[in-house]
Amino acid sequence: MNSAELDPDDSNTGPPGTVPALARGVQRRRILRMAGSALFAVPPLAFGARAWLSRAPASPLEAMARMSSAQAANGRLRRWSMVIDLRSCDGCQRVGKPPQCTAACIEGHFAPQPMEWIQVYEQELPGNGTRFVPATCQQCQNPPCTNVCPVGATFSTPEGPVLIDQERCIGCRICMAACPYDRRFFNWATPPQPVEALGMKYEVEHQAPAIRGTVMKCDFCPDMARAGTLPYCAQGCPNNAIYYGDLEEDVATNGKAVIQISRFLSQNSAFRLNEEYGTEPRVYYIPGAGEAVGRDSSKRGRLATVWPWKKVASGSRTWSR
Amino acid sequence: MVAMRQPARSTAHLPLEVPAEWREGLESNVLAPLARTSWRYFAWIGFLAVVIAWAVVMYVHQLQTGLVVTGMRDRISWGLYIISFVFFIGISHAGTLLSAILRVVKARWQLPVTRMAEFITVVALMVGGLFPLIDLGRPDRILNMIWYGRWQSPLVWDFLAITTYLTGSAIYLYLPLIPDFALCRDRLGPTAPAWKRGFFNLAAAGWTGSAVQRRALDRAMTIMMIVIIPVAVSVHTVVSWIFAMTLREPFNSTVFGAYFVAGAIFSGVAAIIILMAVLRRVLHLEEYITINQFKALGFFLLAMSLVMVYFNASEYIVTGYKMEAGAPFHFHDLLVGYLGPYFWFYLVGGLVVPALIITFPRTRTIKGIVFAAVLVLIAMWIERYLIVVGGFRVPLMPYTARHYGPSLTEWSMLAGAFALFALIISVFAKIFPMVSVWEVVEHRGPEPGEEVLEFPSFGSTDAQAPEVAS
Ligand code: SF4
Ligand code: SF4
Ligand code: SF4
Repeated sequence: MNSAELDPDDSNTGPPGTVPALARGVQRRRILRMAGSALFAVPPLAFGARAWLSRAPASPLEAMARMSSAQAANGRLRRWSMVIDLRSCDGCQRVGKPPQCTAACIEGHFAPQPMEWIQVYEQELPGNGTRFVPATCQQCQNPPCTNVCPVGATFSTPEGPVLIDQERCIGCRICMAACPYDRRFFNWATPPQPVEALGMKYEVEHQAPAIRGTVMKCDFCPDMARAGTLPYCAQGCPNNAIYYGDLEEDVATNGKAVIQISRFLSQNSAFRLNEEYGTEPRVYYIPGAGEAVGRDSSKRGRLATVWPWKKVASGSRTWSR
Repeated sequence: MVAMRQPARSTAHLPLEVPAEWREGLESNVLAPLARTSWRYFAWIGFLAVVIAWAVVMYVHQLQTGLVVTGMRDRISWGLYIISFVFFIGISHAGTLLSAILRVVKARWQLPVTRMAEFITVVALMVGGLFPLIDLGRPDRILNMIWYGRWQSPLVWDFLAITTYLTGSAIYLYLPLIPDFALCRDRLGPTAPAWKRGFFNLAAAGWTGSAVQRRALDRAMTIMMIVIIPVAVSVHTVVSWIFAMTLREPFNSTVFGAYFVAGAIFSGVAAIIILMAVLRRVLHLEEYITINQFKALGFFLLAMSLVMVYFNASEYIVTGYKMEAGAPFHFHDLLVGYLGPYFWFYLVGGLVVPALIITFPRTRTIKGIVFAAVLVLIAMWIERYLIVVGGFRVPLMPYTARHYGPSLTEWSMLAGAFALFALIISVFAKIFPMVSVWEVVEHRGPEPGEEVLEFPSFGSTDAQAPEVAS
């Protein structure tokens, strides 16, 4: 087993312009997904979230609809949270593709190569197996990264997500030194970006276009949640391993099932990454190695992520992590 | 230090009782470079200017392309720039700190070198302070540090500590310069070009040497030398905190502040020894800077190397005993792996060999001590490399550890920094007397061969030998 297979993306430095067919496929999928998002977004407009106050959500649609405002039903703020069920994550071995959560996040956010805002690490297990651990920014509630920022360019929001203002960031990278989860990415040059990204108006909750010399990371998609849709990564997972929801309402969904977060966590012995750091992440994991989708934990390796972006921005360059 | 036990001469013994010719000789020797300039000087300045210009060209390229032109990447996100920052700020330490401590305890052997020590501080701070700016991804937004600065960030602490230290050191450098500027005004003024005369006039601040002025100067220097000591200690402590405030395994240490301060003094003393040797040769100061100064600083270097051994032992034994997650990787890197050769060079070549050179009287010559200082300086640069690169290399998640190699751009910037350092010193040597004439005259008197210090001599009797030449 060589190291490249353990961490496929370290070796993936190929030029992005070499996959036009794939890029077209991605474009088409994005359009479909946007249409899907619009569907998700309709119910809150039509019915209003408060109509569901008195009963538990029965469907994911309903659950997302109930979460589609910055305020929970009891009038308090949302506390966005994620539960990743490792029993259902097989690193997309079953579908024979690179991890689809990563791919979906990349195409949704135009994430520059080589950034995997959600990265599927392969971790050794006792014995001779491995498990796959998809890691977003852990959205720490005691975030070491925001503490050290000299200009307040990265900050905690009341709803929980830790965001970065790339228009204020001075690129000192002390936050990258401080993040103990390897979840921050620097724009070492102007990365290749699609035309759509270049034309977008920059928002802290949707960091496009990427700005050279600044730091980026997973933003936890609070804008998507408020609009009543799941984050791209949760939508992209073919095994529905990623639940997203609101701790305040104690409800989350993976697009298929609805869970009561507190019960789900305690009944399935949930854990958080490196609890000993005291970072208080908002991302929970249910232990497992893909067994729920039929993975044998001794089957190692996953495909390397590819970035569909061709060189668009002038003078753009890619780099490796 | 043994020097502390030496009885200091009273500072109030005026008028001066030194022979007039000795004093004349000192004055004309020290002031000579300020009055005359040879073609070699211009050639040297030209060479430095070329190196700096090259670094500027590389920097402009970095600005246009982004930091992708360096060897840094996400997983080793700080490299040679931050290493050099820590290194230069370290060098800056010995200068003012040493001269202040020795002035406070009224040691007098160091008086001919205090000026140089204080210069090193100011110049190293100016050069070292550039590195965080070179390292920024968006230097155009540097003013955000002022508009949006947050007290919680270690970088803001650094910024404040370094600017305070720079201001304090500049004042502390200037105060004892005033009487010497007055000397320049009186001795060189009549023959110097108009701009130089004007400068000396202004810088001398109307110094006449009256009793009132002397008392005022004395008081100001006393206040500054006491204030500057805690400032100097705090500077390197907060420099270490940009690392120690993270959760990364090798950085996550409470000893880092003290460790960095000790390392700073260690490398700073080495830098003073080297600069002293160079200026002594170039400015023909052999008569005033003798083996005494080299030995005294050499012993200080020896003491600091023992302190460094102690800190390394506490750091590595404590973490190595427990072998927390990440520590096995780090130790493998340092002892036998990727960073092994550097680590062993640092331990043996940077701590043990210099200590031995200074311990044995046979090698305790000017040449030997300067060689030891060069070893220490190189080793201390490497030590910072080990701390930064070694620390960032420890994987935080299940990924393959990344390698780091500085790129041509980064090396160019380091070369440019050394050239800038030399350039500023060279230019200053033309404007400021590099030896504090009045202090040497007042406190020391004409005894260039005198053995000021009594050191244990390890089986030899060389302590009395008046070695003047190197
Ligand atoms: S790189 Fe940007 S976000 Fe990170 S600490 Fe520096 S200024 Fe803040
Ligand atoms: S995972 Fe890293 S980037 Fe995300 S909040 Fe925690 S410390 Fe910050
Ligand atoms: S939450 Fe949003 S930004 Fe974070 S990994 Fe998922 S899709 Fe990407």
